[in-house]
Amino acid sequence: MPLTVSIVTGSNVTIYRQIVEQVCAAVLAGKIADDEPLPSVRALAEELDVNPNTVVRAYSELAREGVIESHPGRGMFVSRRRQIYSSAERRRRMDQAVNSLVAEGFMLGFGADEILEAVAAKTRDNAAAAASAPPASKHPARGGTR
Amino acid sequence: MSGSPTMLAPDLLDTGRWRDRRDAVIDARGLTAYFGKRPVVDQLTMQVPRGSVFAFLGRNGSGKTTTIRMLLGMLPPTRGSATVLGCDCRHLTPEIRARIGYMSESHAVYEWMTVKQSGEFASKFYPRWNQRVFDAIVDHFRLDPRARSGHLSRGERAGLSLAITLAPEPELLILDDPAIGLDPVARRSLLESMVFATRGADRTILFSSHLLDDVERVADYIAVLDRSVLRACGPIDAIRSRVRQFELLFDPQHAPPRDVPAIRGLLHARRSPSTLSLIVAAPDDDTQRAIRALGASTVDETSVGFSDAMMGYLGERGESRSFLDAAAFESAAGSNS
Repeated sequence: MPLTVSIVTGSNVTIYRQIVEQVCAAVLAGKIADDEPLPSVRALAEELDVNPNTVVRAYSELAREGVIESHPGRGMFVSRRRQIYSSAERRRRMDQAVNSLVAEGFMLGFGADEILEAVAAKTRDNAAAAASAPPASKHPARGGTR
Repeated sequence: MSGSPTMLAPDLLDTGRWRDRRDAVIDARGLTAYFGKRPVVDQLTMQVPRGSVFAFLGRNGSGKTTTIRMLLGMLPPTRGSATVLGCDCRHLTPEIRARIGYMSESHAVYEWMTVKQSGEFASKFYPRWNQRVFDAIVDHFRLDPRARSGHLSRGERAGLSLAITLAPEPELLILDDPAIGLDPVARRSLLESMVFATRGADRTILFSSHLLDDVERVADYIAVLDRSVLRACGPIDAIRSRVRQFELLFDPQHAPPRDVPAIRGLLHARRSPSTLSLIVAAPDDDTQRAIRALGASTVDETSVGFSDAMMGYLGERGESRSFLDAAAFESAAGSNS
């Protein structure tokens, strides 16, 4: 599945950040094959109508974070030894997800016990599904293969 | 430095690695133009780094076109000076001029010529004319080469004008409000052509625009002119990240202060009966203290989007009232009767 990035202007997320986050998300979701190069800087800039320097900046940040790597002469590829998020960043993202879940639950009028039970049930379901399915070939979100 | 009585200090950022003046394609030092007794451009100092896409922002009448005319030697500065491609702008040589592509606001074309003839005619003036670039842009704007220029729509004329400006592959491209009067499709074609034009190594583009969304996409440097004075200049993300928004919520017994608080860097304040929203450039610890001292029950600090940040610079300075402010409606109704 090809990488699709879409840019929103006027947002309080910078364009360069939007590219970084969307490429990260695509890699996490396994949407970019290991042997498939990312679009070149020029191609992505022209597709999105953004300054090529913005794409350069996004790609270098992704490379620094270990999400993608440069294969000289061939282009940018999804990193083989990938470390998508630092442990602090993983923690931050988890907290963010929990915050919005809990806030939403309370706003809909559920009590603390009901929210906890819903989370527990969902977690059990996912664990059961994972156990019955053959193990996935990769766990990019798992962090540390340093 | 600005000589302006507003409380806002100019937010002029260091352009970082571009500080070397040899890397500045345009280097303006105190550039000033008076029309009669009125300064139209007041002590403009800025550098346009080589290879950048540099957007020139400001409301109508803020001095953008006058600046561009001075840079191109079409108007002698009253004071100050500027170099363009290393040459004093008052004495640009034909060789230097040939390296500059300029598109004026008017998108002037020779109306009796066809699109194709316009290209052939213009090509005679440029030794480096690239017919493939001309054809690509004509094609991109879906122009019929046989169409008479005088019969083109506004957007099509801009396309032809742009093709003629880009075909000589100028080292420095100066576009004065190229998007003026264009429909959304033509605007997008323009944007694509600008990104296309950055293919050339070391190609520099200076363009003025009112379209903040387009500027956010393509510019890496911006300069903001407000009433003849440069307010902000630097890398786009740096300027944008320095603008912060503070949302203050007040308890009913502590209404927001009646007057706009004197806070350094304040760009804009917006008030409703129980809230005060402040947009501030480059807040520091003093700013934070001044804002906390206003007595709000909660203060939320957030980043702002690029267009909101620029509206802070470009909009009317001072206070605006929320349309939902009932008191304002009542007093308006009272004064009408």
